[in-house]
Amino acid sequence: MQIDDQSLSKLALSVDDLTVAYHEKPAIWDIDLDVPAGVLMAIVGPNGAGKSTLIKAVLNLIPRAAGTVSFYGEPYERARSLVGYVPQRGSVDWDFPTSVLDVVTMGLYGKLGWFRRPGKTERALALAALEQVGLVDFAERQISQLSGGQQQRTFLARALVQDAQIYFMDEPFAAVDAVTENAIVNILRQLNQRGKTVLVVHHDLQTVEEYFDWVTLLNVEVIASGPTLETFTLANLQKTYGGRVSSLHGGQLLAASAQ
Amino acid sequence: MTSGGALSADDRRVWLIIAAMALVSLLLIPLSQALFGLRFTYTVRVVALGGSFLGLLSGALGCFAVLRRESLLGDALSHAALPGVAIAFLLAGRELSLLLIGAGIASWLSLRFIAALLATTRIKQDAALGIVLASWFAAGIALLAYIQSIPDASQAGLDHFIFGQAAAIIESDVRLVMGVGSIILCLLALLWKEFKLVTFDAEFAGANGLRIGLINTLLSTLIVVTIVLGLQLAGVILMVGMLIAPGVAARQWTHELNQMVILAAVFGAFSGGFGAVISALDSDIPTGPTIIVVAFALVLMSLTLAPGRGLLWSRLRQRSNRRAFAARNTLRHLYRYALAHGAANSPVPDSFIRGVGDRGAELGLRELGGAGHVRLGESGWQLSESGVELARRDLHNQQLWETYRLYAHELDLPDLAEDREREIASLLPADALAKLEAKLAEGAHP
Repeated sequence: MQIDDQSLSKLALSVDDLTVAYHEKPAIWDIDLDVPAGVLMAIVGPNGAGKSTLIKAVLNLIPRAAGTVSFYGEPYERARSLVGYVPQRGSVDWDFPTSVLDVVTMGLYGKLGWFRRPGKTERALALAALEQVGLVDFAERQISQLSGGQQQRTFLARALVQDAQIYFMDEPFAAVDAVTENAIVNILRQLNQRGKTVLVVHHDLQTVEEYFDWVTLLNVEVIASGPTLETFTLANLQKTYGGRVSSLHGGQLLAASAQ
Repeated sequence: MTSGGALSADDRRVWLIIAAMALVSLLLIPLSQALFGLRFTYTVRVVALGGSFLGLLSGALGCFAVLRRESLLGDALSHAALPGVAIAFLLAGRELSLLLIGAGIASWLSLRFIAALLATTRIKQDAALGIVLASWFAAGIALLAYIQSIPDASQAGLDHFIFGQAAAIIESDVRLVMGVGSIILCLLALLWKEFKLVTFDAEFAGANGLRIGLINTLLSTLIVVTIVLGLQLAGVILMVGMLIAPGVAARQWTHELNQMVILAAVFGAFSGGFGAVISALDSDIPTGPTIIVVAFALVLMSLTLAPGRGLLWSRLRQRSNRRAFAARNTLRHLYRYALAHGAANSPVPDSFIRGVGDRGAELGLRELGGAGHVRLGESGWQLSESGVELARRDLHNQQLWETYRLYAHELDLPDLAEDREREIASLLPADALAKLEAKLAEGAHP
């Protein structure tokens, strides 16, 4: 699918009336969400608010009870190559017998299509992505030998080789070291500068304003969504987290970030 | 599948084992002839060939069951095949290919049934597997009992499907198994990357545009067909062992999926062939259990001996780590005490070093003494020249690490994972090391 300047100025993601239920209990309810192209957006909310569920439902990974989703105006089936995904680090078995380079190359399997095997081109692309996340020296390592931060950067590299227009990242900052956090932030900014749209499930309220220019507050329903400056307010946070958030500026978001 | 670079020592070892096991499996007949005086009959050849090929097939496919944590699903699927065998017999009589088709249909239906149970009820996976395994197997046993009550005598041998019976295998059976098995192996090779990604990270595969539903169904179907082909040999009860044992054993030796699958295939071929040959010696020896015993002997051997993961290996490594640790600590205590009391080779009282070193001191002194770094003089333990040199280098290394931690950023040194037991000099490029040494010499170190 071609992306021209006009469609870039349109919505990268548009979600209408999206509802997902697990055993009759709604996990996310009647979500309406419009994300303009080119923003760096945090999705924040308390535990159990449905942040990961939202991402998975948008990507068609779990069944939806209702709702429609479009990427750059196209349904998911036609927009697949535009979408990049970084799942939660804990969602896979890191004892799986494979190497770092191999995992990153997996980001290209979708493009390769049935039966075709990755070759030299794919290897070069994967190495370039590893270079970006500072793991090129680890290319031949077994993934079982990686630290948590290195695992996260491996996943990030795998998403980078997808060369998508819109990225979904599920808690990339969860339990990573400072080096990794910096590396991820740098990459988010580079993606942003290249006009990509990035949606990040995020837990640390302290860093939302520093890292993201757009934010969605979620607690089963969308509480608020928009530019960080206007949306990330104490009133909205209290609506999202209940009374547990006491004050916003000066690093006082203790209650919420303690989760 | 892997990089184009030279083979590492690990890779070479794995390929060597693969080659050795493949050779033994190929030479199974002459070897058992030589070792057990087995007569080189046509039947034995057929049985060994069938056993080896089935082992190869189930070893390769079984890796995926192991990695997907679906070993017990494999068990449920093989038990569930039994009523299919019985119903096929009632409908069509004793024709192997039809019996196997019946088994396959029953097994595949049980797979869908388990999936439906999980999707529509709140029953957890282990309970769903238990329910299906027991109820379908019970239905199979009941049907077999009914069949035996029918006067028509051609039912003889159906109960071989419970424990497997190698002696009953004839050439046309082996041809069938090899034909279908070759198709399975070709599909496995063709869909290698799809199976690999879906096994490692199905969510990502889905988001990346792969048809995960279809790929999962294909992979499960291949596993079902493999199980069904193996039933005659291993039987429904023990087929799961043939499926998972080679994969579990192979996993101990390698960290690459392709090596794991190939190694599991040769392990399986050896177990299947060897087990089948042994049981063909006497019709009273059931094939299934014999094959499983051979396969689990390989598992036991791998768990014990495999480098890196094996129990023996990790025990040895733990031991040498403990020794090295004790030696290092003892050396540091000796050196510090000696320096504080005049010179690097001043004697250190035995009571002091045992006091600070605790139980490690004994071990440490033994290690250092054995290497000639320390000896017991009249007034205490004294570092030898080599001991002093070693202690000095160790201290210097520690100081370099300390300086690195404080000034790595300022000096723009490359990123290192801090591991103070390694020589930093061997980790840094020469120019970076020179900068670090200069900084230390400046007296930057506290």
